[in-house]
Amino acid sequence: MTSPNSMNRRMLLKTTGMALVAGGFLPRVFVRMAKAGTPPSKRVLVAIFQRGAVDGLNVVVPCGEKIYYDARPSIAVPRPGSSDAAAAALDLDGFFGLHPSMAPILPYFRDGSAAFVHAAGSPDVTRSHFDAQDFMESGTPGVKSTADGFLSRALVANKGENGSPLRAVALSPTLPRMLSGAAGAVSMTNVGEFGIRAGAGSAAASESFESMYADAVSGTLGGTARESFDAVRILKSADPAKLAPANGAEYPKGPFGNSLKQIAQLIRSNVGLEVAFADVGGWDTHAGEGGAQGQLSNRLRDYALSIAAFAKDLGSRMGDVTLVTMSEFGRTVRENGNRGTDHGHANVMLLLGGGVKGGKVYGKWPGLDASHLYENRDVAVTTDFRDVFAEILEKRMGVADLSVVFPGYAIEEKKRLGVITT
Amino acid sequence: MKTIFRRPRALAVLVLLALSVEAPVSPALAQTAPTPKTKASTAPRSTPMTGREKTLHALNRLGFGPRPGDVERVERMGVSAWIEEQLAPDSISDARLSPRLAPFSTLTMSSETLYDTFERPIREARRQKKAAAGAAGQTTAMSASETAKADADAFEEIRNRIPPEKRPRRVIEELSAARVLRAAYSERQLNEVLVDFWMNHFNVYAAKGLDRVLITSFERDVVRPRIWGRFEDLLLATAKSPAMLFYLDNARSVADPEHRPALPARRLGRFASAFARPATPGGADSIPAKRKGGLNENYAREIMELHTLGVDGGYSQRDVTELARVLTGWSIDPQRGEFRFRERVHDAGTKTVLGRTIPAGGIEEGEQAILILARQPATARHIARELCERFVSDAPSQALVDRVAARFTSSRGDLRETVRAIVESPDFFAPETYRAKVKSPFEYVVSAIRASGGETEVRPPLLREIARMGEPLYLCQPPTGYSDAATAWVNTGALVARMNFAIALAANGVPGTRVDLARLVDAKDAADPKRSIDALARLLIGGDLSEETRATILRRLGDGAGAERRPADGAAPGEDTLVPVDRTPLSLIAGLILGSPEFQRQ
Repeated sequence: MTSPNSMNRRMLLKTTGMALVAGGFLPRVFVRMAKAGTPPSKRVLVAIFQRGAVDGLNVVVPCGEKIYYDARPSIAVPRPGSSDAAAAALDLDGFFGLHPSMAPILPYFRDGSAAFVHAAGSPDVTRSHFDAQDFMESGTPGVKSTADGFLSRALVANKGENGSPLRAVALSPTLPRMLSGAAGAVSMTNVGEFGIRAGAGSAAASESFESMYADAVSGTLGGTARESFDAVRILKSADPAKLAPANGAEYPKGPFGNSLKQIAQLIRSNVGLEVAFADVGGWDTHAGEGGAQGQLSNRLRDYALSIAAFAKDLGSRMGDVTLVTMSEFGRTVRENGNRGTDHGHANVMLLLGGGVKGGKVYGKWPGLDASHLYENRDVAVTTDFRDVFAEILEKRMGVADLSVVFPGYAIEEKKRLGVITT
Repeated sequence: MKTIFRRPRALAVLVLLALSVEAPVSPALAQTAPTPKTKASTAPRSTPMTGREKTLHALNRLGFGPRPGDVERVERMGVSAWIEEQLAPDSISDARLSPRLAPFSTLTMSSETLYDTFERPIREARRQKKAAAGAAGQTTAMSASETAKADADAFEEIRNRIPPEKRPRRVIEELSAARVLRAAYSERQLNEVLVDFWMNHFNVYAAKGLDRVLITSFERDVVRPRIWGRFEDLLLATAKSPAMLFYLDNARSVADPEHRPALPARRLGRFASAFARPATPGGADSIPAKRKGGLNENYAREIMELHTLGVDGGYSQRDVTELARVLTGWSIDPQRGEFRFRERVHDAGTKTVLGRTIPAGGIEEGEQAILILARQPATARHIARELCERFVSDAPSQALVDRVAARFTSSRGDLRETVRAIVESPDFFAPETYRAKVKSPFEYVVSAIRASGGETEVRPPLLREIARMGEPLYLCQPPTGYSDAATAWVNTGALVARMNFAIALAANGVPGTRVDLARLVDAKDAADPKRSIDALARLLIGGDLSEETRATILRRLGDGAGAERRPADGAAPGEDTLVPVDRTPLSLIAGLILGSPEFQRQ
């Protein structure tokens, strides 16, 4: 808690924060000042959690599997080139096809900046949403006692820390498990409204609250409050909310598009963001899931349009940004009695942006015949999600010691997918 | 911790000087840090609670905090007598609550009426829109973004056809308003805490389709009447509730077709979309005789994981599937929106749940299975732990959980006895529990209104503040419900939202809510800053203000704050934003106290 490192960070962020407010500077000064200590990382990891377990088999569709079509008589996505062109999957590699609502992602896949990893997931067998999300976010499947999230541990382990109170930001009303821990993280839903609003007395009220919380409280409340006020200062100065989406990007209306829009604003205003988190719900399609159209299709459209808008908004800056998506588990291969799917096992992840060796569906495909299914119902996991993150964290974020991030898990070269270049 | 925080303060000034920044250094910034003082309310304590602290503790934990005068009233009657009274809410007169709830007409409507009033218009508008689109022959292929835009436009257009007072949103708004009003003004405080607890335990996401017109009856007819009875009765009632059957998809779960008899087609009714596909356009509103369909294991899993055994309660995937078979046919009456057992889609085979054979039958299979679940030792432990987390601590001792679970079991799931076991345990009034729990957003907002003697009609801006802090009422999407632990609520954005709410509430900046602080503070006290602080600290937080917080507030008053009376930033008070209106020293002090770390705790 009081290691020299954290001391330096605290001091640095405090001083820079103060200077920013007092002088009303632009963020460039912050960057310059931070450079005097340790150089800030320009690279950003954007982690997206699809809560509720998205049906990966209908996102990146194994069109080459007859069993897929047999198992899903009413909700399968037709093969590329089938008669109903609007409903057909978009060919990715001759075997896999992309759900038509995911079309906005296709250009990125084709130009090599987006990749998928299929049959990925957590080795733990739980089909509980809560437990599976918890295990994925703690980074320790099967271990419930882990106190912090793996991205928080990654931030602690990261040598190149730049000391910004906005190193880690979650666009959500509560702090996700993945980012809770010693590194500290800010959660908010509205970048532009983040601060004490007491009219003419705002600054003084803010100062009073800061003093109260700093002096009187130890533990969670105090630490959180401190992070809040540090972040408030930087945001007040940098004012990211004033940045309109660039390059003609149009975010769909809705919470997820809004989250990504604000993450882009934070990136573009250079406030020292390293890890951003957003979640998006509505994937628990037990009934009336639909195939090329319907419930899942609508969710995917919003999801894909939001991500594509984000990439377009950031333009060349996307070279510094690696976006990765995950979901707690996949869904049953066979559709259930209500044209939906129940809780399954392996799922698909999307990677997009800087360092991604795209244009490919990664991972060993286990096949859907009964002998290869997990418990005779689900896609088996062939890639541990931790191996995907290990690559990103090591090669993009400069995390050297992955054993701290994923304790008890052997990160081995032979398990690497090679989905990340540098 | 202290040094880490302190030193940068001085450093900040140095940095400013070194950079030759031409900016005025505010007095607050330049001020030297105060000398360390006692941490009155936050350090873990070991001395026993005083009588007054016990009273405060009981009012905080078994209710939504004291209103002006409550501490004195409870002290007079004795805290044990007050608890005893709270354990028997029917004995408490609550006459003054009814007029407050009277404006909300949806609270007493049946599901049928709610459907006809709020669901039917929007469905009709959607149908008309679709028919019009079909007539116009919209067949051109659209890109994803065009489709999304068209969908959004269509939604907007459909919505605009419905007058605001007939939009489904009103149902949830009225229900939420009633929850806040009851928590704030009901004399049956423990009853309202338990309603909050059980509605969360049996969480239903009210924005999922038909649940928006089923949720009112769920709270009124299913949960509220049973929270003082037996757990198994409450569990069974939720299992048969249309709201839960729809939310967790059991209404649609049917036996595999080969296990069902072929029967002639039947007319569909109002609530048919709860389990049947929409009829084909132009076709008859009827179910095909040989409808496809099969098991849906969503509810079967969650009733074991969340409602009874707990995730480590010793059930397998096979138990989930078997229980789903048992519960096939537990569905919703398509006309009246009430529970109906649909025998024709019930799985006819024998099932095994948790090692117990359930012979093939009808509805009694499910009733038997639910009793089995309710009476499992794992269920007793799970319910006991959750209640202890709510009433005692985020991490209750195993001894306490065991003790409460034992009472649950010996009383055959009597929920009054189970709660009594908690308040009678040594843990409840143990010194370390005093102000040890962080309030949930709902608890925080309600307790602030109560403490300041506020009068609220609960307009949407107030509900939005609770949502902004992370707990939109009736709108928790996953079946887990909201967490009861501080870690879920203590985060940057939510803390800032709490501070802003505190300031706005005390300054009469929350639309539809008024506080009159001058009425509560003696004129002589109000004339003096120190005495004002002490008076408001006594009123709002039972005097538990740390020296640090007190000094900070005093300093702030010394800065000349509170002299201004112009509206904030020239903004007019609106429905969407909180704009502090009053700028008196009393409102300033109260805002800081309500936003202080002390007031976040209970």
